[in-house]
Amino acid sequence: MTAGTKGAEKSSFLASIIKKQIFIPIAALLILAIFNLIMDPSFFKITLGHNSEGHPVLSGNLISIIDYGSELAILAIGMTLVTAASRGQDISVGAAIAISGSVVLRVLCGTNSRPETLQAPIIVAFLISCLVAMAFGAFNGALVSIFKIQPMVATLILFTAGRSIAAWINNNELPVVNDKTFTYFGGYIPGIPIPTPFFIAIVCFIVTWLVLKFTNLGLYVQAVGINEKTSRLNGLNPAFIKFITYVILGLCVAVAGFIKVSRLSTINYSVVAKDIEMDAILAVALGGNSLSGGKFNISASILGAYVIQFLTTTLYKFNVQSDALPAYKAVVVILLVILSAPIVREKMAALFKNLRSPVNAESKS
Amino acid sequence: MKMKKVLAMAVSTLLCGTMLVGCGSAKESSDSGSSSNSADSGKTADTEKKTDAATTAAADSGTENNGGGSSSGDLIKVGIINNDPNESGYRTANVNDLKATFTEANGFDASFAYSLKNEEQINYAQKFIQDEVDYLLLSAADTAGWDSVLKDARDAGVRVILFDRTIDADESLYEASIVSDMDKEGEQAVDWLKSQDLVSYDIIHLQGVIGSAAQKGRSGALTDTAKSEGWNIITQQTAEWNAEKAQQIVQSVIDSGKKFNVIYAENDDMAKGAVAALDRANISHGVDKDVVVIGFDCNKWALEELQKGSWNYDGQCNPFQSTYIKDVIDKLENGETLSQKTIIMDEKGFDAKTITSEDVENYGI
Repeated sequence: MTAGTKGAEKSSFLASIIKKQIFIPIAALLILAIFNLIMDPSFFKITLGHNSEGHPVLSGNLISIIDYGSELAILAIGMTLVTAASRGQDISVGAAIAISGSVVLRVLCGTNSRPETLQAPIIVAFLISCLVAMAFGAFNGALVSIFKIQPMVATLILFTAGRSIAAWINNNELPVVNDKTFTYFGGYIPGIPIPTPFFIAIVCFIVTWLVLKFTNLGLYVQAVGINEKTSRLNGLNPAFIKFITYVILGLCVAVAGFIKVSRLSTINYSVVAKDIEMDAILAVALGGNSLSGGKFNISASILGAYVIQFLTTTLYKFNVQSDALPAYKAVVVILLVILSAPIVREKMAALFKNLRSPVNAESKS
Repeated sequence: MKMKKVLAMAVSTLLCGTMLVGCGSAKESSDSGSSSNSADSGKTADTEKKTDAATTAAADSGTENNGGGSSSGDLIKVGIINNDPNESGYRTANVNDLKATFTEANGFDASFAYSLKNEEQINYAQKFIQDEVDYLLLSAADTAGWDSVLKDARDAGVRVILFDRTIDADESLYEASIVSDMDKEGEQAVDWLKSQDLVSYDIIHLQGVIGSAAQKGRSGALTDTAKSEGWNIITQQTAEWNAEKAQQIVQSVIDSGKKFNVIYAENDDMAKGAVAALDRANISHGVDKDVVVIGFDCNKWALEELQKGSWNYDGQCNPFQSTYIKDVIDKLENGETLSQKTIIMDEKGFDAKTITSEDVENYGI
């Protein structure tokens, strides 16, 4: 997945870096980091403390970023695949998180909305929510791949209905789980001072990496995204590939939803994961992936997700006036997305090449 | 071609499916399930105008039309238009309260219609006017656009009672308006805070969605008093009623090392998120602890937190309007005149030191 242009090795090192897809999220991350370093170096301070139960926990802005950015990063994996294969986005992930989170609580709580003990093991609840989320993913996938409905229109159905379905799952009640172990997944495992969501995210990355390395999924997804007809002529089944990406996104949704309900041991289906679909799509765009499908780079998307969280935390940290916050975010987003447009990056690469050519000898050293 | 047929079938099945879901969540609505129906009747809403109905006893018209179901002569027909019960815990409690009061046993023939959209609500209103209800109870989604339909209602002799939300229309168009005074809720909480006589007041202020009535009232009281009393508002940020956002905001304040001793959250969810952040940083909160926690809405679980002493105060936003409405209807039925159009409900505020189990049972939503 290198830039792979002719004579790349001859052109300056910088230019080839700029052409790399992962450059944009890294640059954004650096800009944010430098900005924070200049404004207030204490942003990066990490302290080891204890939580109210006496277990050691690390705290600091960086920890908050890897903690709260994890759900988004997990969703970005699935969203990247969906975007690449079906040339469109799934806008129902927020609603689907509400559903899968409600399912977790429903299984854990049974019919009573505030049980003293868990009605089922946590792992069972998680697996059932995975099945449900994958079923909804399959529903979206079927609409997109078999009936060839535009992804955004197809997922609009679940986007509209999802939160009502979530409400219905729990009979309009807001169940609360009173179990210590359940909070570990969205908080800390006793004795380990790093937030668990980050570990869960890392496990997801590793699994994804292994799948992409040892199967042809990545190649097939790209082939379908670039040209559906040719990929069919080459013996692929485009409908199935598209379908499977939506099911994978469903799995990502289940994991993210599980972390979300574990954070507070409850769910408020009307606001949980609100607008997260837009952030997930943004993460894909920030990762330099084309939103019209084709080639993709998952690690860039994941980095993009953490950049978004970095930005959010920075804005909170500097106490940006609350009603102005979305506007700031929008400005930054516009800048980043324009920068990540291939045409701009090509221009920039050319610019750097011109700058460097008189002093080419230096760059060799 | 075949594909198209399959597609059409799938879409129509889906439509039926969503209709079923819609009916499922509003089982008791006797005849307001399908929106197409109400749209049709909306067009002909002004065909049957009754000009003399203003003085006649409303029970008469009830005998004329029993299209709505099993209405016998002395039942009072009411059409209730409300927001979606899934919107929030508040709304669920509100809807359940109305359903419990306007029963046949209490002498009412009630129809319910729910929508978060103003246009749909207006369509329902026209349908109810068409059905010749005696009373139209309305919690409007939006303040504007109600003039013409309420004029139709007046011409048809339907008496209109607003609850929960006000509208921008002439006062003569409705009989009474039963509202929560959000300013008062905020003032009560702030007065309580003042009475605590803390050595210093360093406040984290978590706001609701900016511009909503609840946010305005609850923020206004705190901002004014903070100015006059010289309280120090460390952070004023909107968490958009969202627990997780609140957790992040409080986390960022903790990370930046600022000192605070009051959390003023404009709903219970945000207070819960804030407390999760405090627990993580081992900051004690509640009665006679380091940080005073204030929430709003009186969810049952929140009142239980008060009982445990881990929160300090919870302000009510009274969802139990039905007794007030019934009072108004009884008075109108007896030919009495109301002393005032706008009826402001009593709002309670609970202090963790004085709350009782009965309070939790009676006022928890």
